[in-house]
Amino acid sequence: MEHPVDFNKTYDVVIAGGGNAALCAAIAARRAGASVAIVEKAPRFYRGGNTRHTRNMRCAHDSATETLSGPYTEEEFFDDLLRVTQGNTDENLARMMIHQSKDMLNWIVEQGVRFQPSLGGTLSLGRTNSFFLGGGRAMLSALYRTAEGLGVHMTYEAEVTDLEMDGPRFVAAEVTTPNGKRRLVAKGLVAASGGFEANIDWLKEGWGEIAENFLIRGTPYNRGSLLRTLIGKGMTQIGDPTQCHAVAIDARAPKYDGGIITRLDCVVFGIVVNKHCQRFYDEGEDIWPKRYAIWGRLVAAQPDQIAYIIFDARALKLFMPSLFPPITGTSIEDLAGKLGLDPARLRETVDGFNAAVQPGQFDDTILDGCHTEGLEPAKTNWARRIEQGPFYAYPVRPGITFTYLGVKVDAEARVQLADGGRAENIWAAGEIMAGNVLGRGYAAGIGMTIGSVFGRIAGEGAGKHASR
Amino acid sequence: MQAVEFRFPDSKARPVNADHEAHLSEAERLMTVCNSCRYCEGLCAVFPAMEMRRAFSAGDLTYLANLCHNCGACNSDCQFAPPHEFDVNVPKVLAEVRNDSYARYVWPGFLAPMFRRNGLMVTLIAALSVAAFVIGFAAWHDPAVMFGTHTGPGAFYKIMPHNTMVAIFGAAFLWSVLAIVMSCVNFWRDIGEPSSTLRDPQALAGGAHDAATLKYLDGGGVGCMAESDKPDDNRRLYHHLTFYGFMLCFAATSVGTLWHYLMGWDAPYPWYDLPVVLGTLGGIGITIGPIGLLMAKFRRDPQLMDESRKGMDVAFIVMLLLTGVTGLALLFLRATPLMGTMLALHLGFVFGFFITMPYGKFMHGIFRGLALVRYAAEKRRAFG
Repeated sequence: MEHPVDFNKTYDVVIAGGGNAALCAAIAARRAGASVAIVEKAPRFYRGGNTRHTRNMRCAHDSATETLSGPYTEEEFFDDLLRVTQGNTDENLARMMIHQSKDMLNWIVEQGVRFQPSLGGTLSLGRTNSFFLGGGRAMLSALYRTAEGLGVHMTYEAEVTDLEMDGPRFVAAEVTTPNGKRRLVAKGLVAASGGFEANIDWLKEGWGEIAENFLIRGTPYNRGSLLRTLIGKGMTQIGDPTQCHAVAIDARAPKYDGGIITRLDCVVFGIVVNKHCQRFYDEGEDIWPKRYAIWGRLVAAQPDQIAYIIFDARALKLFMPSLFPPITGTSIEDLAGKLGLDPARLRETVDGFNAAVQPGQFDDTILDGCHTEGLEPAKTNWARRIEQGPFYAYPVRPGITFTYLGVKVDAEARVQLADGGRAENIWAAGEIMAGNVLGRGYAAGIGMTIGSVFGRIAGEGAGKHASR
Repeated sequence: MQAVEFRFPDSKARPVNADHEAHLSEAERLMTVCNSCRYCEGLCAVFPAMEMRRAFSAGDLTYLANLCHNCGACNSDCQFAPPHEFDVNVPKVLAEVRNDSYARYVWPGFLAPMFRRNGLMVTLIAALSVAAFVIGFAAWHDPAVMFGTHTGPGAFYKIMPHNTMVAIFGAAFLWSVLAIVMSCVNFWRDIGEPSSTLRDPQALAGGAHDAATLKYLDGGGVGCMAESDKPDDNRRLYHHLTFYGFMLCFAATSVGTLWHYLMGWDAPYPWYDLPVVLGTLGGIGITIGPIGLLMAKFRRDPQLMDESRKGMDVAFIVMLLLTGVTGLALLFLRATPLMGTMLALHLGFVFGFFITMPYGKFMHGIFRGLALVRYAAEKRRAFG
């Protein structure tokens, strides 16, 4: 049974957003005895922001479970985080989150979420990441069912567009609905409304005009309205607008919401060239799951923000298929013609690459050491001549998953004020504060960990605050 | 709709619904999309079977379609389901391919048009069958016999001689068994599984287990999704009642046959005798089960269903229901003057049911069972 938000009522907690962080906060606040209203911008089908597109979360655990193939200690988790962020993390917050992530594996199951062993094709995550049975939308539906059962009120197609403050205290939210603006009074606010990745104008503030060529992998509803309002009302900003999770996705994907199926896993099996047919990075630097998240940025730095993955018939079946079939050519020149590239230059680049490939035993399952000599940039693994037709290509563009610029929080998920101290009754969870933990880089499933752990903390804190 | 000619591996052409090719190409698109996502692989057998392939032939798609139990979980879990522009609707498209497959493999092939307006055809056949028995009995007998009260061993045979009954029903049953077997041969050849799998006891046991428990009619563990993302549908329970009710009725008939030929005991048997106990329990099953299934069908989200073939489903369910209801009525009224009439009605529905088995929704159970046997074999080949 869904209960709509009653705008004439004063709620204990109002939650902006409708994804994993928002729902964990709503459930935790409700279980702490608070009355809770969820304000979600998307229509019901698209509810949940990027959670719809997720498939797993990364939680520490001391032993193997039914769905996890081995232990993943807090220390190892923290080392992984340090490595991917290159130290750009708040160590105290990060360690607290990692510690709490252990219990999250149980807590989230108690909220109705179900796990399965890692998905086909993602074996490398089988030990560290817990996969949702049915994926992120199934996970989200379970949380919504639980929240509805607990009596959480919710409204869709409604966005928190402004805040009424009394000094450091939140008083009421201005909610923009299809029927106009409404005032929603509450004793506390949890900001869990995601990043601003779908707001191209904001992306341009960091990236300049090239942001026009970015594709957005998730919902068009993550526009960062509340984030902007919070910063405007004196909350501390963290991170800069260029930091985000970005991967190279199929350039033929729609502008928004192409999701996982536009992802391409074949970079390591070929070469990647820009529109001038030049290579620009070592395609075989490391195994793909460890490197996929750098390619969005690499392609963003190329002219017109486009690149082409070129490979031959031997590589075709080594990776997972994706939404669009590759573009096919009988020869390198034929392929170049179909891609709108200069055939002679592409031939020259492929020939140069082929000539530099050293003999070796190709093995796609390990770092096989098959490399090039005397080529700049080198390809250090899986370097195999591109010579067996037909030849294939995928055009790729940067696909933005989510942005890291956010508001600063403390260990209670309480939002910090720019001029010292903290907001009395505003908490933040999920992508809107991910930058506290994730200053740069990415590790699979960590966005969901941030959302769940800080969502639960924020919800419990806001719930307790209201009942004081 | 216009019939389209298809070429088969065995070079026989069969007319199938004109939309069949469109259904197949949409199913191929979806399986390619799903194979690049795989979030649903834990829900049922369809997605693991899909992951064993990179390209999908018509036979593969038909196999996957018959593995699908239409629980709806993948639709409510899919981030690309309608209204998303990728329009990924696996339950509906596989239902279309599955429903096409009954016509695709029908034997003899010229009866494929039976599936075009199947609800109407099955209804007509049932009506004709019932009418034939009622009129036949009325014309044959003097009203005193037809509306008389008959009790004791051999009472039914005063209305219809035992040998006539055996000849008519035996012929109908044997024909249907032959037609079903031939359809299965067509199905098995087209999906491309070697015949040796059908002699593999582990595959047969695995398939039988998954069919008998309806392992995959459970939304991945929470129940079927009827309306949206809330499991709120108990089709597995109603299906069990229907299936096991049907099997009990079949067992009742078999035991009755043994009683007749082996023991020399003539029906009707007393209420506590085995054929009557089995038949009564079975009759209750195929009465309550179909009612539940019908209610579930009309509550279901149309997005999950092949609406154009709803008539076929409903005709089959109603046929089972009427077989059950008239059987129970015959049991209660057999010592009254209405026995003759109820016998005509019941035999009419049973006969109609028998002869339409290869030409209607009944085939879903057969192809589903075969698909599950193949899946059991494939799973063992892939994962040991």
